[in-house]
Parts: sequence; structure tokens; C-alpha cells
Amino acid sequence: MQDSILEKMIGVIVAVLLGSGGVVALFYGANFLIGLLPQKWRSRLLPWVYLGPALAVLTAYLILPTLNTIYLSFLDARSQNFVGLDNYVYAFTNDNMLVAFRNNMLWLVLVTGVSVGLGLILAVLTDRVRYESVVKTLIFLPMAISFVGASVIWRFVYAFRPEGSEQIGLLNAIVTSLGYEPVGWLVERSLNNFALIAIMIWLQTGFCMVLLSAAVKGIPTDILEAARIDGANEVQIFWRVTIPMIRSTILVVATTTVILILKVFDIVFVMTAGNQGTEVLASRMIKEMFNFRNFGHGSAIAVILLLAVIPVMVSNIRRFRQQESIR
Amino acid sequence: MSKSPVPQSQPHRQRSLQSRLQRLESLLKKTPVHVVLVAIALLWTLPTMGLLISSVRQRDAVLQTGWWTVFQHPLDFTQYSLQNYIDVLTAEGMGQAFLNSLAISIPATVIPIAIAAYAAYAFAWMEFPGRQVLFMLVVGLLVVPLQMTLIPILRIYSVLGWSGSFLGVWLAHAGYGMPLGIYLLRNYIGALPRDLIEAAAVDGASHLNIFTRLIVPLSMPAIASFAVFQFLWVWNDLLVALVYLGGTPDVAPVTLRLANMVGSRGQDWHILTSGAFVTMMVPLLVFFALQRYFVRGILAGSVKG
Repeated sequence: MQDSILEKMIGVIVAVLLGSGGVVALFYGANFLIGLLPQKWRSRLLPWVYLGPALAVLTAYLILPTLNTIYLSFLDARSQNFVGLDNYVYAFTNDNMLVAFRNNMLWLVLVTGVSVGLGLILAVLTDRVRYESVVKTLIFLPMAISFVGASVIWRFVYAFRPEGSEQIGLLNAIVTSLGYEPVGWLVERSLNNFALIAIMIWLQTGFCMVLLSAAVKGIPTDILEAARIDGANEVQIFWRVTIPMIRSTILVVATTTVILILKVFDIVFVMTAGNQGTEVLASRMIKEMFNFRNFGHGSAIAVILLLAVIPVMVSNIRRFRQQESIR
Repeated sequence: MSKSPVPQSQPHRQRSLQSRLQRLESLLKKTPVHVVLVAIALLWTLPTMGLLISSVRQRDAVLQTGWWTVFQHPLDFTQYSLQNYIDVLTAEGMGQAFLNSLAISIPATVIPIAIAAYAAYAFAWMEFPGRQVLFMLVVGLLVVPLQMTLIPILRIYSVLGWSGSFLGVWLAHAGYGMPLGIYLLRNYIGALPRDLIEAAAVDGASHLNIFTRLIVPLSMPAIASFAVFQFLWVWNDLLVALVYLGGTPDVAPVTLRLANMVGSRGQDWHILTSGAFVTMMVPLLVFFALQRYFVRGILAGSVKG
């Protein structure tokens, strides 16, 4: 037993050294080889030595697979025959897929709305108290926790025992102590999607709060003073000064949250495995790929996710070009 | 002698009374703010607290009574035990998974940092054709959902025999983290003063010397932010591990092990709570120890695909 643990430790250390050292050695080797070339070639080739590994990794892991997935989405389950738009027709007509679309909309609206809204309120309120950093740390803390860990935390909150036995889940303990029957939060079809969405809100609000708080602190105090002197109350200042002043940050936070929601599959995977009508697009894709081995359907769903983020991609590139023209 | 302080202290006492009243008034005005903030902070903390407390309670107690019942006798230390952790680390294989997570996360952080730093330097300070277009490509790749890449890579991996190997996961994470790494580091390295780099070049320093002696030490804050983000991303990842590593316990990281435990031991809360805390320990440590870099990394990395 002792030996095997030691052996595993050594295995881990060797793996870490090989993986990390290998890449550093690669650059020194390439630099040495370049040094052997004549000066004229050297300065022309050197940028590509520096860029080479990055471009290779980007091409192998992002560019080619993305193009390949687009191609696969027009082929059948085993990628042998061309089926035209069949996979997309499936994606937009199949009952399970429609449920996934509906749930995704619900996630997008509720998670984005609540976590940005609550984040904004917290950003403004924490600015006025002395224990600001404690509150912020506690609310931001879930950002460090994995989706799987968060799912276990919340499965425990939602834990269900039949009526009569003692409830060990916090939520059902509250419900039964108020005299109601215990609720199967993850089974009830009218509730389970909201139970999952609550987890994502719990994880994401801290992120929104931190970004928005930085923006709120950036508002010049003389503007706020001027508004107060003119007789505006705090609520009016919030709606008429604070929100318009930080509009661009709100937009960034909201788009970031939207992109994150589109990709989250872990919560659904761990909490309900997509049963009882809780599927979302990202979890459906994994199911098509692993459980049904239907690569055509899986690829089509992935392409739909990509299409959904393309507006953000375009606006990022456009913003980058603007920055470059200023430089 | 004894009377002289009185006339002096009269206005002083009035002033202090006034200021105390003012403070009371502002406190009353702020009461709703305090109530809302404390309530939300409590609401946000309770779920994690329940997990932590349950993980150190005895098996039967966890399964029979709510975790909040420990507050009836919080100082009765016989109700606490570390047995759940011993069980989960040995019998449930969490110890092995913890080592696997380290073996995956450390190289999967170092490799992309090294590759991205060289590329970022080239983008920022070298002249070559297609520089703008290539960098725009990197910016575009930032938000590509990694779901787009799973099927083709999985297929190639099964041909190469890389599925289930650390190497495959390292390179995959390096690829997925690369756009963000290049983007972050290039923005930082590109903002370093031009005079400094030109002076070094005039002194005859080669690009490699400038990079290792000047750029890397100066860029440490940006490298640290990216390192923290990438490390946590890999440590907390389930999707990449699930797809490329499969279920083999030899290589499965903590997240995969925990997800499997939810499937196989879904009602054994003494095991699940301690297992979940084992997966959270390292990220929480990083969070508290490196909060500054953590926040910066999270904010910068929020757009990752």
C-alpha cells in the first residue's frame, strides 16, 4: 500500500516534469537550430518559430475540429452518408430538442436577468457599508467551486425524504416546518428547471457583482454630488445616473453570462442527467454523442451553439480593430 | 480649578450628542441596506456551510438528522469525525483522483503559458506578414464553444490511442486555453515601454535574451493571472475529462470521480459531502491565497470558449 502510493506520487511528479519541461525544451531546441542558419534567414524565420507551437495547437484543437464539426453536421449518425439539413430539421422539430430550446431560453432569461440585476444591486449597496469586502468575498466565493461541486452542494439542499421521516435537506426542512408536504425539487416538472437555474445564479452573481462594482466605483463623485444637490433621491440617482453611466459594463457582463450559460452542461448532467424535462442544448449534445452515438445530431447541436455566439465573436473582433486603430 | 472645564465641555458635549444622533439617524436609514446585505450573504453561504459541516459529522448522524442540528451542542466534539474523509480518500478512490487532478492540472497550466508567452511576444514585438489577421483569428477563437471540437478530436484520439492518456488532456487544455493566453499576454506585453525593448536590442540582445531576461519577468502579473485562471479552469473541468479520459479510475480527476459518485452513491451524503469538499479544497485555497490574481484572471478569462 505504502509502495503503491509512493509509486503513484512519483508517477505524478514524472508526468508533471515531462509535460512542463518538454515544452520549454522545445523552444530552446528550435532557437538553437535557428541560430545555425545565416542571418538573412534567421530574422525571417524567427517569428514563426515563436508562433509555431501556438498556431499548431490552435489549428489542431480549435480551427480544424470546428470546420470538421460543421461538415459532420451534414452527415448521418455514423458520418457515412450525406443527409443535407436532416440533422438541423431534427434539432428544430424533435420534442426533446424543443424542450431543450425552451429550457435554454428560460436559463438565458432568468440567470442573466437575476444575476446581473442582483449583482448590480449588491454592487451599489456594498459600496455604502464598511464590511463591504466580507460580503463581496462570501458572494464571490462560489466562483472558485466547480460546477460538479456546486451541484453536490445543491443536491444536498434539495434532498428529499418521504413525508413523515426527518428531512435532511435544508429546503425541505423549512417547507415541512411550515406545515407543508416535502417537495421533490428535482423531480417536479414545474419546479426542477428553476431549481437548476438557482444554482447557476448562485455561481454567477458574484462575478456580475465584482465587475459592476468596479464600474460603480468609477463613477465620478462630483456627478453624484451634483445630482444630490439638485434634490435627486437615491432611487432616482440609481436609475438616472448610475445605470446610464455603467451601461457598457452591464452589456459586457450580460453577454459574458449568456455565453457561459450556453456552454454549461455539468449542472444538468450531475443533477438530473437531463431527465424529467430538464435538458439544455449543451447536455443534449453530450447525450447524442455518448449515449446515442449519433455524431450527426451532436454536431448539428454544437453548430447551433456556435451560431449563437457568433454575434459576440464579431463584436469582439470589431472592438479589437477599433482599439488597434487608436494605438 | 474644578469648575473651569465645565463651560468648555458644554458645547463639546452638545456636539458629541449631535454627532451621535446623526450617526444613529444614518444607522436607521441604512438598516434596510444592512438587512438586505446580511440576508443575501447568509443565503449565499448556507449551502456551502451545510456541506462542510456534514462532511465532518458521523455517517449515521448525517443520514438521520439535518446538519443544522449540530448547533444545538456546537461544542460537543464527539459528534465530529474525519472518518468520512478517510473513507472517501481510500475506499472511494478520491485520493488517487486527487493525484490525477494534480498530474493533469499542472502541465495543462504550464504548457499553454509557455506556448502563449512566446506567441504573445511575437505578436507584440516582431514584424511578420499576416500579423494583424492572425491575431484577429485568435480574438475570434476566444468564444468558440469547445463543444464544436469534441467529436473530431475524440475520433482522432481513438485512432492515435490518446484517449485515456494525460498527454491527450494536457494538449486539449492547452488548445482550449491558448486564445485567452495569447490575448491576455499580448495585451500586457504589447503595453510594455518600447524604449526598453529597443534599448536592449541596440545593446545586441537577441530576441531570446530579450524574451527570457526582460519580457517574462516584467509580465509576471499577467502570467500569474492567466496561470490562476487556467489552473482553476482545468481543475474544475468535467467536460474535457469526461470526453477524453472516459471513466478509467487510473486517470480520472476529482470532478469526474465526484460526478460518478453522485451516480453510484447518490444518497450517501456522508461520502458525497466529504468527496465534494476534497474537490473544492485546492480551488478554495487558491481563492483565498491569490485572491488578487484570481479576480483579475476570472474577469479577464470570462469570455473563454
